[in-house]
Amino acid sequence: MLKTRLIPCLDVADGRVVKGVNFVNLVDAGDPVAVAAAYDRAGADEITFLDIHATHENRGTMFDLVTRTAEQIYVPLTVGGGVRSHEDVRALLLAGADKVSFNSAAVANPDVVAEAADRFGSQCIVVAIDAKTVSPGKWEIFTHGGRKPTGIDAVDFARLVEAKGAGEILLTSMDRDGTKDGYNLPLTRAISDAVKIPVIASGGAGTLDHLVAGIRDGGASAVLAASIFHFGTYTIAEAKAHMAAAGIPMRLE
Amino acid sequence: MTLTVLVDYDSGNLHSAAKAFQRMADETGAGEIIVSSRPEDVLRASRIVLPGDGAFPSCRRALAAQDGLFEAIEEAVVTRARPFFGICIGMQMLASRGFEHGETPGFDWIRGEVGRISPADPALKVPHMGWNDLQIDRSHPVLSGVNSGDHAYFVHSWQFRTASAEDRIAWVDYAGEVTAIVGRDNIFGTQFHPEKSAATGLRIIANFLAWKP
Repeated sequence: MLKTRLIPCLDVADGRVVKGVNFVNLVDAGDPVAVAAAYDRAGADEITFLDIHATHENRGTMFDLVTRTAEQIYVPLTVGGGVRSHEDVRALLLAGADKVSFNSAAVANPDVVAEAADRFGSQCIVVAIDAKTVSPGKWEIFTHGGRKPTGIDAVDFARLVEAKGAGEILLTSMDRDGTKDGYNLPLTRAISDAVKIPVIASGGAGTLDHLVAGIRDGGASAVLAASIFHFGTYTIAEAKAHMAAAGIPMRLE
Repeated sequence: MTLTVLVDYDSGNLHSAAKAFQRMADETGAGEIIVSSRPEDVLRASRIVLPGDGAFPSCRRALAAQDGLFEAIEEAVVTRARPFFGICIGMQMLASRGFEHGETPGFDWIRGEVGRISPADPALKVPHMGWNDLQIDRSHPVLSGVNSGDHAYFVHSWQFRTASAEDRIAWVDYAGEVTAIVGRDNIFGTQFHPEKSAATGLRIIANFLAWKP
């Protein structure tokens, strides 16, 4: 049976891990390549890189990073941040990414998702949705790191990008991101129920029970977390064992 | 010196597959790995790998669009019986036909059809994406050291249903039995991505590089 995926996420800026990592004896805990390789060895099901201040000038740094990481890891690598066009997708796939994530560009023009999915297949096209609660049971898309409201309903947008050919949604609750209060479960459930494609829950994981809740109550297909792993609060193996003990099918080998 | 050619027909991400094959070739002394779209490279290859991402008809068209490439693959695999490894769409194209975006003929090297995954249970998402545990129907040299219960990484919305049960080597459970591995004579194919399937996938790649069907 299909297993639930646990995905550590690295925020990267100028080729370095942001906020640092403190979980294993790495020579350079700020090097995304070393950290990704350590997560691969630890049993991560996938690894995600988000380039948090992607600019045109530092694109080359990210491509180089992706190339070097792809030589080290043998699980899927998703790369997002500053992806604007199918040319960007192609460049990242050629560098060694397995999936590429659109964010603001998909909000500005959902057809970029269709163009990329038609060319490279839905299996490698992720749309990252950053949503904030605007009233109970209503969530709005925000862009630019959660600073810019768009007036777009998150559930409607999820359905739209699915129709455009997205293969997966990376759903981040901007209300919860960085709080360690747990995923926004009503939001996660609303989006998961609205689309047939897999949804990754993101934003707010602070305990292992939060990971369980994201799957069981939120209906997500995968859970993404950053700081609980980076700071050594929990290992990947502990998280997986905890989720498995809660009855969630996990890959434990 | 043996040569393994990964066929490049502009089907998306070859980098992951190439580096995984290169690593295992280096570790096992299995010769040279190259990525090429040249028919002459295919004809001089000892082994042929057909990766592939994307839609069945566009991959089929892309392969046909490279002058002489498909003919060279057919000559190498069917006539000269060189070991062949199809990955994902590269495995699905072995079928008689596919139905993604209308009916498209496949190679018809392994009889069967490629149809949509459509789980009755709405909680089961499409694409079938992630790690699933293999259920092995029969032993095969390329699966040496791989056991039922080992996980592999899948991402696909279409599945290969072989006409003959003998051609299916392994399956996974996703709203029923989904073909995971096919094989016949010198032809081998996986629906999953061995290059993304951690130790299990690397073992399968190493076994293929040593396989003498």
